[in-house]
Amino acid sequence: MIGFWILAPVMVAAAIGILFARKAVHAALLLAVVMIALAVMYALQDAPFLFAVQIVVYTGAILMLFLFVLMLVGVDASDSVVETIKGQRLMATIVGLLFGLVLVVGVAQVSLGAVTGLDEANAEGNVPALASLLFSRYVFAFEATSALLITAAIGAMVLAHRERLTPKIGQSERAAQRMRDYTEHGKPLTPLPTPGVFARHNAVDTPALLPDGTAAPTSVSRVLSARGTVRSAPALADDIEEFITSLGHGEDTSRAEDSAEGGSGPLGPIAGDPSQQGDSQQGDSQQGDSQQGDSR
Amino acid sequence: MSATPFIVLSAILFTIGCVGVLTRRNAIVVFMCIELMLNASNLALVTFARAHGNLEGQVAAFFVMVVAAAEVVVGLAIIMTIFRTRRSASVDDASLLKY
Repeated sequence: MIGFWILAPVMVAAAIGILFARKAVHAALLLAVVMIALAVMYALQDAPFLFAVQIVVYTGAILMLFLFVLMLVGVDASDSVVETIKGQRLMATIVGLLFGLVLVVGVAQVSLGAVTGLDEANAEGNVPALASLLFSRYVFAFEATSALLITAAIGAMVLAHRERLTPKIGQSERAAQRMRDYTEHGKPLTPLPTPGVFARHNAVDTPALLPDGTAAPTSVSRVLSARGTVRSAPALADDIEEFITSLGHGEDTSRAEDSAEGGSGPLGPIAGDPSQQGDSQQGDSQQGDSQQGDSR
Repeated sequence: MSATPFIVLSAILFTIGCVGVLTRRNAIVVFMCIELMLNASNLALVTFARAHGNLEGQVAAFFVMVVAAAEVVVGLAIIMTIFRTRRSASVDDASLLKY
C-alpha cells in the first residue's frame, strides 16, 4: 500500500497548514487537499461509493459552500492574534498534543487482529451491498436523514432571510432623488463622463478630455485618483513625435503620394494640438501627484 | 495492509482538528477544523469496516457525511447572520451573553 505512505504525510502536512494559515481561503484550499486525499484513502480501503461521495459532497458541495461564505464575509477577514484568554493558545496546544499522544499510543498498543477485508462483503459490488444494508436494517435512520436535511434547508432559508425594513426604491424614486440632488447639491443630472478612449489608450485610468484639452476629473474612478495612478492626459501624446518619425522612416517611399494628398495625415493635428501645450502645466502637476502616489 | 496505520492517521487528523478548534479565532476556520474531525472519524469507520469485513462502518460513515452536510449548511448560515449584524466573523466578538 504505497499510496497510504505517500498520502499520509501530505494529509498531515496540509492539516497542520490549516492551523497556521493566516488567511481563511488558504485554510479552505488545504482542507480540500486533505479531503481529496481522504477520498483516495477510501478507495484504497475498498469503499468506492464513499470515494465518490467524499469527492462530490465534501470537495464539491461543502468546500464550495465554505468558499462562498468566505467571499460573502470578505476574503481578508483574517484571524486576530489577540488572545482573549491569557495563555489560551499555548494551553490548547499542550492539551492537544497530550490528547494526540494518548490517542496514538493507545491505538498503537491495541492489536486490531488480522484484517478480514471486504472481498466477501463486496462480492456483488460495493454499491448494491451498501444499498441492501441501507434499505433494510438502516431504513429508519435513512428516512430520519430526510427530515434532518429538510430541517437544515429550511433553517438555512430562515437564517438567510432578511425582512425588508425600508420601502423598495424603484425607478421613479431614483429619478426624483437624482433631481433633488441636482437642485440642492448641484450634483450632475446626467451620468458621469466615461474614461477617455484614445487610439492607443483605452484603459479606465485614462481621463476624458474636455473641449479645452484639460482632463475631466469626474471621468476616472475616485479610487484611482486617490491611489495616484491616473494617467496624465497630455503625457499620452508624449511619444507621438518619435512614433511619427519611426513611421516616416519605414514608409517614406510608399506613402509619399498619400501624405501629399492628405496633408500631414491623421497624426498631424494630434502632435501639434495647441490644447496639448496649453494644459502642460496641469499635466505636470498630475504627474507629480502620480509620482507621490507611487512613492507612497 | 494492517489497519493500525489508518487508525493512527485518523487519530492524528482528529487531534489537529481539536487543536484548530481551540486555537483559531475565525469562525469559518473553526468550522473547517470541525469538518476535519468529522472526516478523521469517517476514516476510522471505513478502516474498521475493512478490518471486520462488514459494511456497517461504511454505512455509518455515509450517515456522518449526511449529518456533516446538514450541519455545515446551518452553521454557515448562523455565521452569515452574525456577520451581518456584528460585521465580524470572529468567535470572540459574539459575546453578548457574557454581559
